[in-house]
Amino acid sequence: MTKILYFAWLREKIGRAEDDVAIPPAVTTVAGLVDFLVARGPGHAAAFASRNSVRCAVDQEFAGPDVSIVGAREIAFFPPVTGG
Amino acid sequence: MMTPRILVGAAEFDAGAELARLNVAGTGGIGSFIGTVRDDGGKILALNLEHYPGMTERAMGKIVAEAASRWPLLACTLIHRVGRLRPGDNIVFVGAASAHREAALQATGFLIDWLKTAAPFWKREELADGGAAWVEARAADEAAAGAWKGSK
Repeated sequence: MTKILYFAWLREKIGRAEDDVAIPPAVTTVAGLVDFLVARGPGHAAAFASRNSVRCAVDQEFAGPDVSIVGAREIAFFPPVTGG
Repeated sequence: MMTPRILVGAAEFDAGAELARLNVAGTGGIGSFIGTVRDDGGKILALNLEHYPGMTERAMGKIVAEAASRWPLLACTLIHRVGRLRPGDNIVFVGAASAHREAALQATGFLIDWLKTAAPFWKREELADGGAAWVEARAADEAAAGAWKGSK
């Protein structure tokens, strides 16, 4: 199982802060994982509706859509950051 | 590399004490920046800041390491508050000490620009009209952080 975390408005749209997901072997990239998650339900579909507004981290490193998720322990999705 | 002081939490910071702490042996200049909550003419009641515990500290450590690879820093402090903050409250403290002012000032600018774009924090505004809104990332912040890439 892989831990998937959601922050800020992604968490609000999905309705929870994390999922434990069994990722199929055919899903190997961030973009592929988004496709897989969107099919989980309307909350996920709403959260990922505007993919350009979603950022990702794989094992706590920023990751673009083509980055591999194979073997990842923790994957997070969130809006563009607004700290400082 | 020196050991940076990196803090993330709800607690207020004492800017004077933080500046004094940066004055380590060999220091000739200390640059600092403090970010505070704006009220935008009374429109904002409070900011709620959340972050990604674990990744946040790692990302801040990498930002400091990048600054230390560009300028000869003797000491460095990054403090970022989280939770509910009201207009006028401190949000962020950035401080950099070096033998000379140019490095201290440039590193301070670099650190705050990158902290805004390369560390996982998110702000949500509580508005005076009863609403709430997630703050959107600004293209100008991305541009400011990106400008340092060409200047290494």
